[in-house]
Amino acid sequence: MDFSALSPVSLIVSLMVAATPILIAAIGELVVEKSGVLNLGVEGMMIIGAICGFIVAVETGSPWLGFLAAMAGGAAISFIFAILTQYMLTNQVATGLALTLFGLGFAALLGHSYAGIKPPKFGTLDIPFISDIPVIGPLIFSHDYMIYISLMIVAGVWYFLTRTRGGLVLRAAGENHDAAHALGYKVIRIRIMAILFGGAMAGLGGAYLSLVRVPQWTEGMTAGAGWIALAIVVFASWKPWRIILGAYLFGGITVLQLNLQAAGANIPVAYLSMTPYLVTIIVLVIMSADKKRASLNAPACLGRIFHASN
Amino acid sequence: MKLLKTILAGAAIAVGLTGAASAADKLKVGFIYVGPTGDFGWSYEHDQGRMAIEEALGDKVETTYVESVPESADSERVMTQMALSGTNLIFATSFNYMDHVMNVAKKFPNVKFEHATGFKRSANVSTYSARFYEGRTVIGHIAGNMTETNTIGYIASYPIPEVIRGINAAYIAAKKVNPDVKLKIVWVFSWFDPGKEADAATALIAQGADIIMQHTDSPAAMTIAEEKGIYAFGQASDMIQFGPNARLSSIIDNWGPYYVARAQAVIDGTWASTDTWDGIAPGMVEIGDFSDKIPADVQTSANAIKDALSAGTMHSFTGPLNKQDGSVWLKDGETADDGTLAGMNFYVEGIEGEVPQ
Repeated sequence: MDFSALSPVSLIVSLMVAATPILIAAIGELVVEKSGVLNLGVEGMMIIGAICGFIVAVETGSPWLGFLAAMAGGAAISFIFAILTQYMLTNQVATGLALTLFGLGFAALLGHSYAGIKPPKFGTLDIPFISDIPVIGPLIFSHDYMIYISLMIVAGVWYFLTRTRGGLVLRAAGENHDAAHALGYKVIRIRIMAILFGGAMAGLGGAYLSLVRVPQWTEGMTAGAGWIALAIVVFASWKPWRIILGAYLFGGITVLQLNLQAAGANIPVAYLSMTPYLVTIIVLVIMSADKKRASLNAPACLGRIFHASN
Repeated sequence: MKLLKTILAGAAIAVGLTGAASAADKLKVGFIYVGPTGDFGWSYEHDQGRMAIEEALGDKVETTYVESVPESADSERVMTQMALSGTNLIFATSFNYMDHVMNVAKKFPNVKFEHATGFKRSANVSTYSARFYEGRTVIGHIAGNMTETNTIGYIASYPIPEVIRGINAAYIAAKKVNPDVKLKIVWVFSWFDPGKEADAATALIAQGADIIMQHTDSPAAMTIAEEKGIYAFGQASDMIQFGPNARLSSIIDNWGPYYVARAQAVIDGTWASTDTWDGIAPGMVEIGDFSDKIPADVQTSANAIKDALSAGTMHSFTGPLNKQDGSVWLKDGETADDGTLAGMNFYVEGIEGEVPQ
């Protein structure tokens, strides 16, 4: 066994890359759930974002335009969900699942002629001298831009939800939609905007997967990342900063176990592979055991249909 | 996830059902795949085989498929639905469908089942597989010659005999030409997860591997190899479009001829339960074109190995070979029998690490 070959710096760098798609998707879903809507279509929105971003990046040669298109694509498909659940009052769980199925199939159709194409390379931060400082340079100053953007998005969401009037109104809609409605807030409009934001973020996360992490397009390439993002929202007990913790923990364990294996460590691989899922389950169990705390954190109207006549 | 896949499968079956009513006298052939048909690897090649049936037998057959079927009780449900909707011949194309195939086959004695890479058979269940390990011998030989760090990275899926056989065959061939060669193996416990496969490739490269082999289904590792400027081999499919510079050669699964023959046998009424295990010779395993990055003398020797394997004058597992613990497995000149290969659960001497249990 040779642990000297395991560099903590490169480990952390690769864990951030592995965690960023689920981080971005999860922070979007957090906003959706805070507004009282449960959208299980994250996986479908991610894969739509992955292919929209890929197509536009390949056609225009600009990954930035690709990321923008991914957000537009994710938001567009989430708009279907918004119309169905907010105006036609369909069941959110069923509609979300349908969105995932639709997204996976539609993305496969869109991406039919894009397999085996190389997307343009996405830039990384490179500040002269500073990015070359040992340890701190690679750790803080030489990631690809999207990693910084993802952290800024989390900070922005935290600020919006806890420090602005808009955030307060959004949370009100999620906690008690009838009261919010009685106060004159447009519950449905608020929720639709939250759903669109969630769709855009899921799309962005998906595009990170197809443009940076793997860079290629393969059918079904999200391989369950959307479901992990959903679990991380609960793991984080609907608190923005904890999303980072959850996503990095998940990405970290995955990357660490792969690196330990490559280094020749004699570890029970099967157990390590399931550790991230186990940790999520354990956290869910702990949280649900403490009813009071769970009910404090979960938006009270999560998944409930709102109709103004009620 | 599971719920999703179930619904997916259900939806696909519903589509299949609508097609069933129109053609009662045709032979109906169903396929279940573990990944999407667009994975450009394992499932993609099985789907090519399905299309070969349609091409060869034309309007005598009708084929359906369900993709991304998990290797769980879900697969049983999918196969049951297929059998109920009048499918006469079902190809289950992944190892862990095995027990589920046996269960469904018991319930539908008139439906013929073909299970890929498994070892359980009955009156209406055949098994078939390809001797991928012959391909591993060829690419192992190339990798052993070409590695400069003497480190070959190997991305493995599940610790089943087929995968372990491939690891051993590649190592034996590489070691023969390069006594210092080391194999670093990473198990990802998935057939298809491009993100994780990419992470595994990155981890292996960070640990000094300059050639990557894989036994997973997506071309993610090839993409990473291309990006990092190292070499890799196409797996199941050629994959050259994912790594024009990185790809040295490939092991290509060619199921078409077998699938056509089996469908024809059902039509003719000559289908019987068999165990097929074909290699390079009948063309079930193909070796992709050699990249010009491979030195001419290595190309020549690799071709010689390929020809010898095809002619039957060489066997991938020829003694003297010891097991990892140093005990004698094969004496000088002795070759491994198919039974041992089919159940292989040990590394040969020289490979580091343990087979995960």
